[in-house]
Amino acid sequence: MLNTVRGRLTVIVLLMAVAGWQLYTDGLKLGLDLQGGMHLVLEVDDPDGTLTDDAKADVIDRVDRIIRTRIDELGVEEPLIQKVGNDRLIVELAGISDEARAKGIIQSAAYLEFKLVLPSADMQAALARMDRAIVASLGVDSIRAMGRAVEGAAETGGAIEQLLFGGDSTSAAPDTTVGDTLADAPDAEAAETMFRPLSSLFNFGDVEGTFLVAVEDIPAAQHFLALPEVQRALPRNQVLQWGAEVEGRGARNYKRLYVLEEKPFLTGEYLESAVAARDPQFNQPQVQFELSRAGGRLFQRFSGQHVGDFLAIVLDGEVMSAPVIRDRIGARGQIEMGAGTPMEEAADLALVLRAGSLPAKLNIIEERTVGPSLGRDSIDQGRIAGVLGVIFVVVVMLVYYRVAGVLAVAALVFYTVMLMGALAGLGATLTVPGIAGIILSIGMAVDANVLIFERIREELAAGRATRTAVDEGFSNAMSAIVDSNLTTLLTALILFQFGTGPVRGFAVTLSLGIIASFVSAIFVTRTLFLIYLQGKKTTDPISI
Amino acid sequence: MRFFANAQFRFIQARRKAYAFSATLIAVGLLAIGVNFATLGSWVPYGVDFSGGALVQVHFIGVSVDAGDLRSALGGAQAPPITRFGEEDEFVIRAPLEEGVSLDDIAAGIEAQLTAAFGGESFEIVRTELVGAKVGGELQRKAILAVLFSFVITLIYLAIRFELRFGLAAVIATIHDILITLGFMALMRLDFDLPSVAAILTVVGYSLNDTIVVFDRIRENLHKKGARKRDPVELINESINETLPRTILTSGTTLVVLVALLLFGGPVIRDFTMVLILGVGIGTYSSVFVASPALLEIQRRWGLGELREKKAKPEPASV
Repeated sequence: MLNTVRGRLTVIVLLMAVAGWQLYTDGLKLGLDLQGGMHLVLEVDDPDGTLTDDAKADVIDRVDRIIRTRIDELGVEEPLIQKVGNDRLIVELAGISDEARAKGIIQSAAYLEFKLVLPSADMQAALARMDRAIVASLGVDSIRAMGRAVEGAAETGGAIEQLLFGGDSTSAAPDTTVGDTLADAPDAEAAETMFRPLSSLFNFGDVEGTFLVAVEDIPAAQHFLALPEVQRALPRNQVLQWGAEVEGRGARNYKRLYVLEEKPFLTGEYLESAVAARDPQFNQPQVQFELSRAGGRLFQRFSGQHVGDFLAIVLDGEVMSAPVIRDRIGARGQIEMGAGTPMEEAADLALVLRAGSLPAKLNIIEERTVGPSLGRDSIDQGRIAGVLGVIFVVVVMLVYYRVAGVLAVAALVFYTVMLMGALAGLGATLTVPGIAGIILSIGMAVDANVLIFERIREELAAGRATRTAVDEGFSNAMSAIVDSNLTTLLTALILFQFGTGPVRGFAVTLSLGIIASFVSAIFVTRTLFLIYLQGKKTTDPISI
Repeated sequence: MRFFANAQFRFIQARRKAYAFSATLIAVGLLAIGVNFATLGSWVPYGVDFSGGALVQVHFIGVSVDAGDLRSALGGAQAPPITRFGEEDEFVIRAPLEEGVSLDDIAAGIEAQLTAAFGGESFEIVRTELVGAKVGGELQRKAILAVLFSFVITLIYLAIRFELRFGLAAVIATIHDILITLGFMALMRLDFDLPSVAAILTVVGYSLNDTIVVFDRIRENLHKKGARKRDPVELINESINETLPRTILTSGTTLVVLVALLLFGGPVIRDFTMVLILGVGIGTYSSVFVASPALLEIQRRWGLGELREKKAKPEPASV
């Protein structure tokens, strides 16, 4: 088949048709740097290094599945989600406009728990123990050095509290004197009994089982609560968890700290569906969920036993709401999102709840985001440069080699279609470094033609007959073309193996480009020459 | 039309001048590397790919902001390095990693400072790149591996396809090209990141390609009748001259295309193109003036291979 001009032409046309079809059906995918989008590398959080490789692999498998579901529901077209090693996941979202939202949806743990709110009496008794633990562990000086936040807030906080809660609070009164007492008498023992770093930040809530903490005191309170000594001082089976909502009382803003039973009686595992909706009464966004049958039974039994108590709905460690249980509750419920929350946030929450919770925290260890406008600029500029470059090459070939130049340009057209078709067929994406790879391989395609034509000219100058000169030209140029293409191909393959991201994109287009350029120079140019020589006598001159 | 047809330049005889030229270029590069080490702490400024950290590219809309304004908005003397990117109103901010601060928070912090200083409507973040310290180290290791492997594989290939001395000469020329390219990057203080590695490897590929074409002709001429009795200097010169039309045409077109890319290709690939232009120039030069003389020197020193010299003919000192 390859021996006749007709056979060769058939092969060329077939190859072009296949490549053209691939290009037409699959289209050329543009990389993130060209069309805008986000590239994330996520890693399973393992700060203590306690997870075994198997455990990590298991976690990343589940994470992979859950993230896929979430992104499918988000409606991003053709996302790329890929596991790397046993604890990493690459997520590529092309053409998205709101990166922060996408990241929120990917990283959200979506761990839903239902916990009982406990009366604050036990916790109150423990507060003194916790205060002592803080003083013992940090020392008076460092607590004071931590700053004015603790002292200052306590002073004003006390005053407002008196105003708001009628001054019956036990925590406010001594605060104003603490600083003075300490300054006058740096006696550690006296300070320990007088100084109450944590409980002075707590204002007793209007609702049983909660404390109110002023927003500016939250960092200090969080710092204290995180101390292991304080954690140990907590009453058995009880935890303190923050509410999500900021509540205004007079001129100041507060967050609620809930006293909860440590163990949830139900988790999001039992969730069957979740949809965003508007609360019919207050027109606030909410997420309505439905539990599975098993979950519904658990929920019913529990709520039946606790009528009149408060039920905390905890999402990722934050109490979303804590409604009172008025009656036995069935399989349905809702999570209130609070006033002023955009509806979109409720929709996102419903989405992540449906997709399921992540088994571990995910850290973003690499992120690359390109805005759509930058990508468009790159394409436009790349196109101008590319067109100019191609025009120049074509003109040089035509002027320098005449008819042979026309043949070379035709072979370059074949090369371009083959390369684009191969990229489309393999689902490779075209990136900026990828374009550089194409340019380099175009250079090599031109070079192969130049090598051949120069050889033919040499043979003609040496007085050989036209047909012999062409044959000799091709065969003599062959070794140089093979060697130079192969070494470059080897380099490209190594780049592909070891490279990441942009370097890989470069390696892909370069490898495919070299193969296409080799075929185009050795086979297509040759065939076109055979056609050109048809009907010519061996001594007829050719235009080269 | 044919450029340099039947040229008879005496390239090999000019090799000492070429050595001096190469030595000067390499020395300038090494000097730049040394100066960078002293002032920056590394031989080139590392991009976020390798050092880890945050890169935020910001485009201002409707307000005129210069680097000074931006610097004071981002904390004055403590501000991270800021460079202008392409257009007047576009800047790249590179913030290093901070202990205990998440990558996201670094970028969010920059955005918050910009919003505070210029208002949220007056700018757009067009690109962010956040790379964790661990990833940076990994990328660095992979890049070094890629370069080393491509080196070894090429040497093996050339040793098999040609002879060992050709492989050695090609590697000498390649090291020469890499040294000059690295020196150029240090001198220009181009950010060293993943695309830079791709650029260096492209230069290596191009330079090898060029060297192979010349070597291929030397190999061919060596196999001709009576080649053994010829003066190797003459034979190498003849080979270079025979391939000269191709060398000029290919390098010339490639350079023109690259210059078009530099002028019109936009700022994203500007650094990349600059390195390629230098590399193509150096690669072409080195295949004629470094690789070919190196072949001769190797053969003279160690007598590797069959290329034997005729002692009778004294060699002219220069062209």
